[in-house]
Amino acid sequence: MGLKSKDLVGLHHVTAQEIELILDTAAPMKEIIKRNIKKVPTLRGRTVVTVFYEASTRTRTSFELAAKYLSADTVGIAVATSSVNKGESLKDTALNIAAMGADVVVLRHPMAGAAELLARTLDVSVINAGDGAHEHPSQALLDLFTVREKKGRLAGLKVAIIGDILHSRVARSDIWGYTKMGAEVYLAGPATLIPPGIEKMGARVCGSLEEALEGADVINILRIQLERQQQGLFPSLREYSRIFGLNSDRLKLAAPDALVMHPGPMNRGVEISPDVAYGQQSVINEQVTNGVAVRMALLYLLIGGGA
Amino acid sequence: MVKEKAQILDKEGIRRSLTRIAHEIIERNKGTDNLILVGIRRRGVPLAERLAERIKDIEGGRVPVGILDITLYRDDLTTLAYQPLVRSTEIPFPVSGKTVVLVDDVIFTGRTIRAALDALIDLGRPRVIQLAVLVDRGHRELPIRADYVGKNVPTSRKEEVSVRLKEIDGEERVLILA
Repeated sequence: MGLKSKDLVGLHHVTAQEIELILDTAAPMKEIIKRNIKKVPTLRGRTVVTVFYEASTRTRTSFELAAKYLSADTVGIAVATSSVNKGESLKDTALNIAAMGADVVVLRHPMAGAAELLARTLDVSVINAGDGAHEHPSQALLDLFTVREKKGRLAGLKVAIIGDILHSRVARSDIWGYTKMGAEVYLAGPATLIPPGIEKMGARVCGSLEEALEGADVINILRIQLERQQQGLFPSLREYSRIFGLNSDRLKLAAPDALVMHPGPMNRGVEISPDVAYGQQSVINEQVTNGVAVRMALLYLLIGGGA
Repeated sequence: MVKEKAQILDKEGIRRSLTRIAHEIIERNKGTDNLILVGIRRRGVPLAERLAERIKDIEGGRVPVGILDITLYRDDLTTLAYQPLVRSTEIPFPVSGKTVVLVDDVIFTGRTIRAALDALIDLGRPRVIQLAVLVDRGHRELPIRADYVGKNVPTSRKEEVSVRLKEIDGEERVLILA
């Protein structure tokens, strides 16, 4: 048992069995988060370094708390105030961090493939916390965990992923994860934001939002990435919201007990209406809690022993 | 090859040991007030369930039973050749101020119990913690002893004591393997 690789770069090369192991390990981790004393001694003396070349609140905090709850030490490299500003390359920065004795490097980087490069360069474990539009595996794993916890299964579910698929690493990791676990993935969004060839990953592209929502068990709403929308890929936020925004009327198209999910940060009133975001079927807040549990599981499985 | 060397308890032997331990727990604690049983995964769990049943037969009320997984508290994680699976701890009631009886199948080096004590204390501050085991096979590496013992069995370090319970193994006996 255990994970085959020392790293988690993406879900593309992770097996269904390994995903199962990660989700099974995350369940007892969630119990720890709910205790008064949120700490177990498992990773005492281990060090987790987070290196973020892009902004993040949730993912970074989530990894740091996960490490702390397992008694690991954490160091965060804020790229804005680091030697990266003096022109140090990613590889050299990482080699230096590893030379100081880090056991895990958690990396977020704007370039797809950055985590893969580091994983090959370093002897220590590398976890991809988002590389360009490539993958964000821990987010997909927490999505899978949340759905499995609520629905009791993943196989056979209809999952709709709505929005900007083109720029979304979450969508890519989600597609790998859901399809490997036997769920069916339906995509909908503006044609300019659906990358050509995405069907090859095992997802189906729908002609309209309504088609994707019809009978869906899970609705994953993606964030409209305002920082990446300067190229005029859709006319206006208002139009996007009118055609692709999830509101309570459209939610009725899905299965009555459908889960509404969003990886955050939300643009309320754009891709999702506030009443749906905070409604009965929303599990958006629970996704955040589950994110810590899943990352605890990942840290345990990558560096928690097994000589 | 691991071979069966001797059988030290059969079905009836296990049953009688648990009945006696149930009586001893009640006697030592003068009843079942504030009493909680906590089984250590895996085979401590069915044993704790059975003790709770036995105690109910003798005293009336059913005492709460919790489940403790000690994987995250092990002191040998970095030296094991394999990575143990983490399973859930299920103690959905407060332990502070309670009399907690930890239940396990075999006490050997005492390291599992050390881990269990740490795990339990992270959940609260019991008034007292006691230990019940079906088999004490000796060779302690820590200053830990059991309060209730089904059977003391002298063993060699190289031997293995295998407790087989119907809930997990489909049969009821305790063996020495060599």
